[in-house]
Amino acid sequence: MTIIKAGILDSIQDTGRFGYRHLGINPSGASDVFSCQLANALLGKNLNSPVIEMHFPAAQLQFNKATVLCITGADFAPCINDIPVPINQPFIVPASAVLIFKKPVSGSCCYVSTLPNMDLKKWLNSYSTNLKAAAGGWNGRKLKKGDEVAFSASVDKYEIKTGVVRSLPWYSSLEKNISSDIMVIKGSEWCWLPNEMKQKFLYTSFSISNLSDRMGYRLYGERLEVETGEHLVSTAVSFGTIQLLPNGQLIVLMADHQTTGGYPRIAHVISAHLPYLAQKNPGDTIRFPLAEIETAERKLLQQINYLQQIQKTCKLKIQKYLHADL
Amino acid sequence: MSFLHPYTIVPVGDSALAIHFGNVIDDAINKTVLQLFRHIQLSKHPVIIDVVPAFASLTIFYNVAALANSSTTAFDAATHIVESILPGIQTEDDQHEKRVIRVPVLYDVVHGLDLEYVATTCNLSVNDVVAIHTATTYRVFMVGFLPGFPYMGTVDERISVPRKKHPRTKVTAGSVGIAGKQTGVYPLDSPGGWQIIGRTPLKLFDNTKEDGVLLKPGDSIQFYSIARDEFDNYQSRHT
Repeated sequence: MTIIKAGILDSIQDTGRFGYRHLGINPSGASDVFSCQLANALLGKNLNSPVIEMHFPAAQLQFNKATVLCITGADFAPCINDIPVPINQPFIVPASAVLIFKKPVSGSCCYVSTLPNMDLKKWLNSYSTNLKAAAGGWNGRKLKKGDEVAFSASVDKYEIKTGVVRSLPWYSSLEKNISSDIMVIKGSEWCWLPNEMKQKFLYTSFSISNLSDRMGYRLYGERLEVETGEHLVSTAVSFGTIQLLPNGQLIVLMADHQTTGGYPRIAHVISAHLPYLAQKNPGDTIRFPLAEIETAERKLLQQINYLQQIQKTCKLKIQKYLHADL
Repeated sequence: MSFLHPYTIVPVGDSALAIHFGNVIDDAINKTVLQLFRHIQLSKHPVIIDVVPAFASLTIFYNVAALANSSTTAFDAATHIVESILPGIQTEDDQHEKRVIRVPVLYDVVHGLDLEYVATTCNLSVNDVVAIHTATTYRVFMVGFLPGFPYMGTVDERISVPRKKHPRTKVTAGSVGIAGKQTGVYPLDSPGGWQIIGRTPLKLFDNTKEDGVLLKPGDSIQFYSIARDEFDNYQSRHT
């Protein structure tokens, strides 16, 4: 696969790098972990396989050999050789095919999973790119023009003989989330907010600012204040932690967040809604309804079960389709 | 041997919990945190994904799918596991806390961008600041913020200058800084707001190694002053 043209931020990610946070090495991983896994699941691959995460403008990619692809997440109007290709449905591209993304229709980050897998080395047990540590993924950096990413096997062994783009006969019919509700559970310093501030947090809208990236989403909205002058010593934070900054505004920590922080942790976005948040763009407004832990866990487990089922059925389908063991 | 400090267990989102021992920077409490950290790391419990010690808290990330069942939440199950471990933790001599690491630092105004500011603010000479900063053996309380960034203390009150109001957009790797009672070293180029008083030629984070972090929680750190030519030679030997 050759990168013909780089996008604004195209990086290799998987579900994250775990077990190193105590050394200050954060998990990185896909911003929308659900879509990342869905792309892999629809190809019947291990859910934690490496994918390319792209924002708009996205990269132009050329596939030197016939390859099976699955695109999920944001809709950037993907086309192969100028023919529109589906989202959430695998398709085969012929040798020399060029994948481009024409315009941002909806969402913020898109995922491309490939069959066969990209041939990449793990760093600390994960394929995710850690831009800060300049390690993992593709040489520890975002993809750039001229990069040639090899595949671990040739599709020839799967007997793909095709000169045209061909969609495979299965897909995910999940509807896109369009709700602005991003559920949260209370954080350790929730009780530092006076009642009036709690109401503002829960019942007013916040808009996502331009100063938002893979590290965090800064929000604009009602100014919030804590009751106490107490200064917090640093503790661990996580993907989804909502911190109150000294200027009274909020930041939601995203996939490339730092491992520890010292601002009050007002609340945490529930894991099942992080993919929804990751697909929001600057200017979008969101609200933070409160959930109980039971609800948060239940929603997360539903997503995990859904992905596992898709992966299981698609693995059988693709083996049958390509007459090959994967 | 001392008793376990009073603690509370709180959720950190829906996939982690934190054991809080208060909101303080305190050697004894941090020792308890690190003892508990090592104990849990050694246990290699299959549902535990990440364990993160901080000044006075330990955060444990767990696998929700592996812990939740129809009768209990993953949070309650994880809390139960932690509470069964806690009583066994003793805060007596920890063999792990014997590492003393000497860190060479070039304290000059070229690399120590805020060295003169710190001296002026504290009514001291630059030499006094260096003498005071090198006189203390510091404890690494935690590693966070960046890969391999050690949060150390406790800085002598005479030079404990608060962090800058307007952080720099780039602080060079190796920069040694002060932020109130804390001192630290930037392992990588990064935006940062600490008062920079010098630079070490040591590599604090090496991404080519499996164990690439030089200074770890519980380590004792002694800074010592080196001259410009030592700094340059050090760099040529180690890069």
